[in-house]
Amino acid sequence: MTSRLVVRKLITVICESALEQGLTQAISKLGASGYTVSDARGKGAHGVRDASWPENANIRIEVLCDEPIASCILDLLVNNYYSNYTLVTFVSDVGVLRPGKF
Amino acid sequence: MPDPVILFFVLGAVAGLIRSDLKIPGVLYESLSIFLLLAIGLKGGIALSKHHPGELLGPILVVVAAATLVPITGFVIARLVGQQDRANAGALAAHYGSVSVVTFAVASSFLMRQAVEAEGYMSVFLVILEIPGLLIGVALARMGASETRWLPLIHEILTGKSIVLLVGGLIIGYVCGEEGAVSITPLFFGLFKGLLAIFLLEMGLVTAGRVADLKRSGIFLVSFGLLMPLLGAMIGLITALGLGLSVGGSTLLATLFASASYIAAPAAVRMAVPEANPSLSIGASLGVTFPFNITLGIPLYFAASQWLIGGQA
Repeated sequence: MTSRLVVRKLITVICESALEQGLTQAISKLGASGYTVSDARGKGAHGVRDASWPENANIRIEVLCDEPIASCILDLLVNNYYSNYTLVTFVSDVGVLRPGKF
Repeated sequence: MPDPVILFFVLGAVAGLIRSDLKIPGVLYESLSIFLLLAIGLKGGIALSKHHPGELLGPILVVVAAATLVPITGFVIARLVGQQDRANAGALAAHYGSVSVVTFAVASSFLMRQAVEAEGYMSVFLVILEIPGLLIGVALARMGASETRWLPLIHEILTGKSIVLLVGGLIIGYVCGEEGAVSITPLFFGLFKGLLAIFLLEMGLVTAGRVADLKRSGIFLVSFGLLMPLLGAMIGLITALGLGLSVGGSTLLATLFASASYIAAPAAVRMAVPEANPSLSIGASLGVTFPFNITLGIPLYFAASQWLIGGQA
């Protein structure tokens, strides 16, 4: 069954909700065909972010893309966001059914 | 007897401090803020429909000019006394330069309980004052910095939900007038205080959550959060006296100048001054100034207005 799957990169960014608009626009500009945003809560270096207050909540942005685009997105995060904003990023290899879409 | 809406705030704060699992769902918070913004806008619009808007041009210019003093004072105090860096001082200035809609709503509710009338067009000032202080704070923070993208920032402020709903409510209220709006008044005015109470329950929970920030940032932030509303209210009272406002109007103007934004400003400042630490300015505005204003500040500004203006009325 796994032979039908093609490997793509899944980038997951967990960040302040204030970044949603800017970051998703930048990700689209870099060539990603789409993204998924969901509300997130949890605990990390900045204490508990329990999303009790929508103005100050966290989000999770997930992007499926090929490796060159993934690398551009990581550069963007490192150069423009890491110094001033709270975010956690991780990348994993995932199998997708329709590689043309991503 | 205290205003019940304030007791709801206290209940929320206590629930937060004892770590109750009470939580107001995000969608309810959003819905209530939409309701409050529209109700305040509509109220102002209906009051405005009894005036010629041109009459307000002079007072608006005076109020805006006086309001610029608040962020500038805040910036100087944060820089010189608080030893904050430029970015954080500017962010604090932007929060205190802008205004808090909920504080304004609590002040209106306070006046209703005292059966004191205020000039209905005060919510026009509320809409207008949200903008200049925020821009001045950001400008002070960015002075000398490489580049600031002003256009996206201005777009963000002007199209933010608070401005859209307040201005929208004002226009709808103005166009419909008192008689035209009769069909929606039971919802927007009849239920106003009850819904404000639930909103304040949530604000109590949120405020309790900021206490940790205050512990970390210490005495300066707490003093700043208490001093700024008093200075702002003083500027507001002098302006109200100059404009010849009633006791109610003067209380509301003082409250506007004393209040600090914690909805529009944090989002805009986060984008425009990313190097500023958001927990400082939100901690001060929400953890100190907001509870101070709604519990002690508003009655104090009312008493000061009565003392200053009441004699002449």
